[in-house]
Amino acid sequence: MKRERLFVMPSPFRDEFRIHGFRFGSGKKSLAVVGAMRGDELQQQFVCSRLVHTLQDLEERGELMPGHEVLVIPSANPFAMNIGKRFWAMDNTDINRMFPGYALGETTQRIAAALFEHLQGYEFGVQLASYYLAGDFIPHVRMMHTGYEDVELAQGFGLPYTLVRNPLPIDTTTLNYNWQIWETQAFSVYAGHTGVIDVATADDSLSAILRFMALHGIIRYRSHPGYYSQVVQEEELINVKACRAGIMYCLCKPDDIVRRHQRLASILDPYDGSVRWEVRAPADGTVFFMQTRPLVLENSMLFRLIAS
Amino acid sequence: MIKTVISTELPVDEHLLIRKNSISSGSGKKRICIVTGTHGDELEGQYICYRIGSILQEHPECLDGTVEIYPALNPLGIDSITRGIPSFDLDMNRIFPGDPMGSMAENTAYNIIEDLKGADLVLDIHSSNIFLYEVPQVRINQLTADRLVPLARYLNLDFLWVHEAATVLEATLAYSLNALNTPTLVVEMGVGMRITMSYGDQLVGGILNLMRHLGVWTGDVPEPPAGHRTILSTKGTVEFINASASGVFIPLIRQSNEVEAGQSIGRIVDPLRGVVLQEVAVDRPGFVFTIRAYPVVYEGSLLARVYREDKA
Repeated sequence: MKRERLFVMPSPFRDEFRIHGFRFGSGKKSLAVVGAMRGDELQQQFVCSRLVHTLQDLEERGELMPGHEVLVIPSANPFAMNIGKRFWAMDNTDINRMFPGYALGETTQRIAAALFEHLQGYEFGVQLASYYLAGDFIPHVRMMHTGYEDVELAQGFGLPYTLVRNPLPIDTTTLNYNWQIWETQAFSVYAGHTGVIDVATADDSLSAILRFMALHGIIRYRSHPGYYSQVVQEEELINVKACRAGIMYCLCKPDDIVRRHQRLASILDPYDGSVRWEVRAPADGTVFFMQTRPLVLENSMLFRLIAS
Repeated sequence: MIKTVISTELPVDEHLLIRKNSISSGSGKKRICIVTGTHGDELEGQYICYRIGSILQEHPECLDGTVEIYPALNPLGIDSITRGIPSFDLDMNRIFPGDPMGSMAENTAYNIIEDLKGADLVLDIHSSNIFLYEVPQVRINQLTADRLVPLARYLNLDFLWVHEAATVLEATLAYSLNALNTPTLVVEMGVGMRITMSYGDQLVGGILNLMRHLGVWTGDVPEPPAGHRTILSTKGTVEFINASASGVFIPLIRQSNEVEAGQSIGRIVDPLRGVVLQEVAVDRPGFVFTIRAYPVVYEGSLLARVYREDKA
């Protein structure tokens, strides 16, 4: 393993801003993995740190197969994480909305450009991503439909679901989208949570990445074969929204199988505790996403279900 | 008449209210909409809304049609000095045309479009952010330049920037409305969290001038200052000047400056060591229409935008 400084930038008032990469093996650029690009992606960074640890161990045991180079970048935004912010601390811009970056552009465009320079040319790219709405998911792999994606490859992670999303204009500046355009097979692995560390789901995500690496001959690793991953188109998800605002009292969790009309949550009046709205499943399905804030606004997304 | 365009319940005894003042007079059927406050840290448009509302109410006899004023598309952001919608990750001006089945923000964006579409003209007023100071200008996507530049000229602002199309900008309010055949002009001026009255008065005069051109205003229109000209960007190029060092930027000019080749526009200094890290100069003459307002900079921070007519 080689620990490398991939990007350094002086700060006017803080320590240097540094992005470190951990490179394993040499030869064909087989896999790049990126962890936290936002300061609250604690679970994502945790998974990446475990991955670095595991690969070090495999390397020492001679179980990293020759001819493959693997790059792991656990954090692209330590400045935000160290002060509890999600985005770039100075101007609140999102590095993951700046790809492919611009080396002569604004600060986060430069960070994205430097990252992308190091991340290009790999056969596979994995980003440990988070969602723009606060909440928990069933761990899954997400791909963008760009015309370059290969959904069967994503099933090699052995996670329960593979979600395919049609990109919106705002998605065209993400790492995942640009990786695909630059001919890397790109996957976003959603490790369940953001802002907290959950060891069980982190282990699932780590196992998924190791399973994928073993499947493609990058490591020798014996693991549980995983799930036969079900492919879901994002537009097929059933959105369950809040018809009233209030305190959300949740009665289910991600991965629960629910029946049509089953009560998923109650929205309570924050003054007298009375039930303002019973949130019920509009169809039979599986809870794929659940928002986790205790207070909900009217029209906010509470659940996304995979129809049975 | 004050109308509530959107009312969304918040958890504890409050509604998110997006309101407009709809002012009608005469028999004219045209509708002009003035919208601002998409980004909660941009306040220049508040003065415009106040002034236009005040003038129209003082002189209803000069109005022939409807003017609708939306001071706050993102009221929670304005109230909490938050650029975006509090508790929502995405820039509100990157989620249009919205989605009636989407999250609260996407649903709000959809309903805003529904309310604005069909207007004869929409003015979407922005004031950069807290980092940059902008001369009064109109920004127009090159895809809509043929239709919008002639209208924008009536605003008598300092600069019309016809910029390249970018996929990510297809999710803006202006792009979405123009795609629905509702002509929409984007104004940028001043700086975040402040009101620059001189710019505001200039734009108010321009709006009345444009209203007169559209046949909805017959009252007085202030003349632009003698010698005023509007620069159209299509005759030249725009250069971005970014910081090469991290430090504190000290501007040596104000925006709206004509600069000479070699002229220093500012310097980046190191307050700890007491040294200059970068002298920021322009290499050719031009017109500075953006200048850094917030002093702390990192490598890459935008310091200025300079327009040159020489087609370099």
